[in-house]
Amino acid sequence: MRPFQFARVEDVKAAIHAHTGGGRADDVSASNSPNQYLAGGTTLLDLMKLDVMRAARVIDINALQQTNSGKIEFSSKGLRLGAMVRMAQAADHPDVRKHFPVIGQALQLAASAQIRNMASLGGNVLQRTRCSYFRDTSYPNCNKRIPGSGCAALDGFNRSHAVLGVSDQCIASYPGDFAQALLALDARVEIDGPTGAREIPFAGLHRPPGKTPHLETTLAPAELITAFSVPPAPWARRSLFLKIRDRESYEFALASAAVALELDGGTVKQVRIALGGVAALPWRAKEAEAQLTGRQLDEQTIESAATAAFAQARAREHNAFKVELGKRALVRALHQAAALEI
Amino acid sequence: MTDQTRGWSRRNLLATSIASTVSVTLLGRSGAEAAPATVQTNPRDPVNVTLRVNGRQHRLSFDVRTTLLDALREHMGLTGSKKGCDHGQCGACTVLVNDRRVLSCLTLAASADGQEVTTIEGLAQSDGSLHPMQQAFIDHDAFQCGYCTPGQILSAVACVKEGHAGVDVEIREYMSGNLCRCAAYPNIVDAIKQARPKMKEA
Ligand SMILES: Cc1cc2nc3c(=O)[nH]c(=O)nc-3n(C[C@H](O)[C@H](O)[C@H](O)COP(=O)(O)OP(=O)(O)OC[C@H]3O[C@@H](n4cnc5c(N)ncnc54)[C@H](O)[C@@H]3O)c2cc1C
Ligand code: SF4
Ligand code: FES
Ligand code: FES
Repeated sequence: MRPFQFARVEDVKAAIHAHTGGGRADDVSASNSPNQYLAGGTTLLDLMKLDVMRAARVIDINALQQTNSGKIEFSSKGLRLGAMVRMAQAADHPDVRKHFPVIGQALQLAASAQIRNMASLGGNVLQRTRCSYFRDTSYPNCNKRIPGSGCAALDGFNRSHAVLGVSDQCIASYPGDFAQALLALDARVEIDGPTGAREIPFAGLHRPPGKTPHLETTLAPAELITAFSVPPAPWARRSLFLKIRDRESYEFALASAAVALELDGGTVKQVRIALGGVAALPWRAKEAEAQLTGRQLDEQTIESAATAAFAQARAREHNAFKVELGKRALVRALHQAAALEI
Repeated sequence: MTDQTRGWSRRNLLATSIASTVSVTLLGRSGAEAAPATVQTNPRDPVNVTLRVNGRQHRLSFDVRTTLLDALREHMGLTGSKKGCDHGQCGACTVLVNDRRVLSCLTLAASADGQEVTTIEGLAQSDGSLHPMQQAFIDHDAFQCGYCTPGQILSAVACVKEGHAGVDVEIREYMSGNLCRCAAYPNIVDAIKQARPKMKEA
């Protein structure tokens, strides 16, 4: 790990100030900025030890858990999850589990009890890919790590890589789980930064790799996520997170599905689907939603929704299995959601 | 300690120990209310940190990159916490910080300033009698080489306190963050079930 400047701050304003040094941030991207906020550290310190992230200044924001960013609030206006809430806190919260099961499950099925105690919700959505060529600096070709250097995974060992939303510059999969739950429930992101506060739909946070895989989000450097808000919705109760992985626990998803359903008898009034493990960014499966909306929820419509979800999939040598696995995960998730007694 | 008192003691501490490293760039323009609580401007300067480990106060000075795990092992001589992977993937370095289980390999020691840390060395009572979880691991032969054991035991203690040690599948799920290369898993589950009621009595 390279040496860095270190600051501990107690509120949002001080955090932004410590990040910019009082001036304007002029880097293009938050994830590649030499200045990094430190929350749980489970992504940042890991990648700094690997020399993949090379922070010159680390701003410890853990004291923000004493502010509004450390709170979970539930009311008729929906759910507000502070960005410094730990994964375990939100996963165990009775209102989250009852009214937004997909959120509780996505968090609970992630990582380990220790990591969930440390990791913050804000840091979670910003975790970096587990692509082994990205994590190992002895490989010279990684467009995400070194823009323009190529992509070792295209013709390398790409079993864990994405089939949806990929580009010819990067096929890394987005590794997290919680983001899919937020995406499925139309969550919004509250952001504060050197140029003031703003709010964006969660769907606007992550960028597809395209020609710039090193630009992962739309956050500017020094911008701080302060909270996520989730609106109340009739489909939120009938929601779940299904995660398929190589081992039963403490493992990233090979394929996952976050689904939320509103049924009228056997007919789908509304449905929300987000897929993980198979895509370059948290992936909303709108084509699949369109196949289901207004239809009878039976074997056939479910199959056609799964087919639609993966119609644009682009597989490489070792990850073609993810197309079938992803479809089956979605089929099972929809059946299970329909069968929920609520 | 309440949150307020913690903030206070930390600030007082920092005022005395870090004053010399306070940065003009960081503290410069926007006035006192935006000032960071701690600043380490020259990355090569040591940071001063106070850690309460197993009830004892340690005032230490080390490289800012030092993890809590390395601080325990290299600076305090507490080698019970083990380094398996150093990347959050094995759980051997599990300790309790403010009574919650965390990975000390992914915690900066400087971030743990002012916090209460419990390691395997701090579980037994002062007269040497073992914590019910330690005794249960011995009774059930819940280890072979013992490398993962300090992490397993602290994780198991937290698992019971969190209320996640009900049925076997729940214990396995909530202990999945601790890998055991010797595969003592079934015996670990049995040990936790033995210690669970004893911990409640205590
Ligand atoms: C072994 C292992 C297994 C894992 N398994 C899973 C899994 O199965 N599923 C899963 O979803 N995740 C998994 N993770 C990833 C883990 O959940 C993330 O590392 C964690 O959620 C990141 O949160 P943090 O608070 O530790 O972030 P940090 O490491 O502190 O920060 C990550 C990044 O986000 C930035 N940041 C943090 N907070 C903010 C904020 N509020 N505003 C702006 N920027 C911010 C930081 O500057 C940094 O760039 C695993 C991790 C490990 C090590
Ligand atoms: S898939 Fe993306 S992260 Fe992995 S090597 Fe290629 S460019 Fe790098
Ligand atoms: S040494 Fe910390 S998790 Fe392996
Ligand atoms: S006892 Fe050997 S690793 Fe667990």
